Amino acid sequence: MFDYETLKLIWWGLMAVLLIGFAVTGGFDIGVAVLLPFIGRNDDERRLVINSVGPTWEGNQTWLITFGGALFAAWPLVYAAAFSVLYVALMLTLFALFLRPVGFDYRSKLPSARWRNNWDWALFVGGAVPALVFGVAIGNLFIGLPFAFDSSMHVRYAGSFFDLLNPFGLFCGVLSVAMLTLHGAAFLASKTGGSTVGGRAVFATRVFGLLTLVLFALGGLWTARLPGWQLTAIGALNEALEPLGKAVTITGGAWLANYAAWPTLWVLPLLGILGAFAAVALAGRAPRLTVVASGLACTGVILTAGAALFPFVLPSSLDAVSSLTLWDAVSSHKTLGVMLGVAVIFVPLIMLYTSWVYRVMRGPVTVERLKNDTHSY
Amino acid sequence: MLPVSEVVELSRLQFALTALFHFLFVPLTLGLSWILVICESVYVMTGQQVYKDMTRFWGKLFGINFAMGVTTGITLEFQFGTNWAYYSHYVGDIFGVPLAVEGMMAFFLESTFVGLFFFGWDRLSKNKHLLVTFLVAFGSNLSALWILIANAWMQNPVGAEFNYHTMRMELVSLGEVFFNPVAQVKFVHTVAAGYVAAAMFVLGVSSLYLLKARDTGFALRSFAVAAGFGLASILSVIVLGDESGYTTGEVQKVKLAAIEAEWNTEPAPAAFTAIGWPNQAEERTDYAVKIPYLLGLIATRSTDTRVTGIKDLKREHEVRIRSGMIAYEALTALKAGDTTPAVRERFEQHKADLGFGLLLKKYTPNVVDATPAQIRAAASDTIPNVAPLFWSFRIMVGLGMLFLAIFATACWLLVRRRLAPQRWFLKLCVLAIPLPWVAIELGWIVAEYGRQPWTISGVLPTHLSASQLDPGQLHFSLIGLVGIYSLLFVIEMYLMLKYIRLGPASLHTGRYHGETPDVTVPQQS
Repeated sequence: MFDYETLKLIWWGLMAVLLIGFAVTGGFDIGVAVLLPFIGRNDDERRLVINSVGPTWEGNQTWLITFGGALFAAWPLVYAAAFSVLYVALMLTLFALFLRPVGFDYRSKLPSARWRNNWDWALFVGGAVPALVFGVAIGNLFIGLPFAFDSSMHVRYAGSFFDLLNPFGLFCGVLSVAMLTLHGAAFLASKTGGSTVGGRAVFATRVFGLLTLVLFALGGLWTARLPGWQLTAIGALNEALEPLGKAVTITGGAWLANYAAWPTLWVLPLLGILGAFAAVALAGRAPRLTVVASGLACTGVILTAGAALFPFVLPSSLDAVSSLTLWDAVSSHKTLGVMLGVAVIFVPLIMLYTSWVYRVMRGPVTVERLKNDTHSY
Repeated sequence: MLPVSEVVELSRLQFALTALFHFLFVPLTLGLSWILVICESVYVMTGQQVYKDMTRFWGKLFGINFAMGVTTGITLEFQFGTNWAYYSHYVGDIFGVPLAVEGMMAFFLESTFVGLFFFGWDRLSKNKHLLVTFLVAFGSNLSALWILIANAWMQNPVGAEFNYHTMRMELVSLGEVFFNPVAQVKFVHTVAAGYVAAAMFVLGVSSLYLLKARDTGFALRSFAVAAGFGLASILSVIVLGDESGYTTGEVQKVKLAAIEAEWNTEPAPAAFTAIGWPNQAEERTDYAVKIPYLLGLIATRSTDTRVTGIKDLKREHEVRIRSGMIAYEALTALKAGDTTPAVRERFEQHKADLGFGLLLKKYTPNVVDATPAQIRAAASDTIPNVAPLFWSFRIMVGLGMLFLAIFATACWLLVRRRLAPQRWFLKLCVLAIPLPWVAIELGWIVAEYGRQPWTISGVLPTHLSASQLDPGQLHFSLIGLVGIYSLLFVIEMYLMLKYIRLGPASLHTGRYHGETPDVTVPQQS
């Protein structure tokens, strides 16, 4: 089996895989939901938009649920600290997420126009609010969250929900919404082909692609000016570490230290930029490649943030030493090993049957088809 | 530092409400998914269209219910982190594992294929669609297995050990966690109870159609599937019921004594208190009606093993609390850097009782300076309120017997072909629809209220487990959750009733009751 240090690194990678899995698949339905009230101008069009993700959104969302479960199992301290510090923000996300399963399933079950219109806005909220909050939360990782541990590892926090709404946090929230909307628009365009809705989706792909491009580049410049956390001393990485037994400094520009030390890492922001650029360029010409490009953009953006934070996963602004890293906030060697075994078997299996489902449901969604089909939403 | 007790109480209330609410939808998903598999299998084997219609109609109701199950399930996963941060840190190394495995192994399967169940009818061959339906049922039941493994570990925490370096419980053996005897019986008991709920639902709704003499062929076949499935399920619930799990694990002993209101350890085999009025203050049961020997036989499956009574359990716990104080003292020394062999040995000797020492945190932050009165109070805390457990259990069991009678009668009437004239029985089936939910919710109250004062039995007290939130944050989340849940519940019930009233005509096949081109009927799914 792997030694503890390697396992800790592998789990950093696996958490990234799960988060990217959510962005890339869940991004379809989140983006589509954000666009729904604007891109669908009548009931037929809105049903078209909804049914583009109808058969698959549920599985997509499971990446998020599994990310939560894996966070609990692999990084219990991160799960505990992040979820309780972000209490109000997460409750708002939860309230918004509630609207998705019922929104998709109930919306077309009654003919009333008011009923359907209300659910369409509910689906919009269910897409936009989580996308915004996740972005705000990741942005605030760069600012640091106000928490500290005592010697028995009880976490305490200062600050409130409104502290999260600082300029950089909000900026990242907007970037997150733009990025996921880009991805959803690209997917919608690929499913609705030459229809009016498809045309609008192509337009949205270009708009949100450019927006993602610009915001991401600006975000990079902004991050370079922020104070960053740096690990200056830590015990043997291959052992169980006490989270409070390390030394951390906070210095201006330190979030780019990893990029300075390993220039190869610039590949990641480049992937984000090129992905978004390619999505804009390909939109309307090669629908499937556009989806690949926007997926790569999401992957690049997430990995750029992860690599900048590395090895931190939850920096603390209240007490730098309480900051959590992938080295000292992890589960035991045994648990990481067992969980890796499970992930190695099941994550590829999930990808396999998910792609089968997408293959079965392949092909465009059209208004005519929906009218003859009693199974759709 | 301890969270404010108001926060602990509100967090408990919130968890209880959200878990009980989630479990209004889970049982129907667990059972109805198999009923769909049964109907569709018959369709694939015989080619009779009515069985496909049955799969699709009950599938529609399944879908309305499933959406609520998913909606309310996310809350529970979030809440361990948001409201029970210290718990998440303290036991995440073990407890997180089944939750993560559930996601990867089960929930993905269920939610990836559920879309295909609804959208795949025209895109898949008969056999492939049946496979998809089966995978949805298999996935949701497998999901229940892992969640119940996690829950059983809270009741009987096996396969784990405390590590003083990291200040938490760590996994020793996943096998032990998986094969936890409490988990195995709990799984069978819980999913079978879900099957009963689903069977009663289909039985009751079919009875409604039979009473109105509409869609008789469809309703009669559905009734028959539900009656057979229900009878098998209720027998599993009763025969393979929870009782065999009671003797393992500390909290299970307490629960058993509380359920039976057994204050004193009686000579074996103990009598069973059929009914009575538990009096917590004076530690006795007033007006008790006892059946000799029965408790000993049920609980220990022997005539010579004793069932420990509440007073004795409390005395045992007092001893363990004192031992826990020594463990806490040694742990404090270890954390302060004193790792001499004497301290380490003292810790090793007493660490099994560390959790009992932590019970004192509620009374004195230093634990080691607890007064005899505080120790007695903590020991007294280890016994939950007897009356709610006593009554919940009896109502649950009584309802179980009623379900057995209903399903057995239903099968008997079907075999004798005398169902149609028995209108009283059909009415009873309709009225009985909500009762399995009552029994199931009471079952959870017995299991979880009976676990108090622990989150992890004998390991971590509830009052230590919560996050250090402001009461205001809890007010915000409680108001939000209760408000949204109530609204969604009304909407869900409205849709359920609407589609039950429409019946199989909602499939627009043109074969069912009241099917004329009618503009008031929703045009799609």
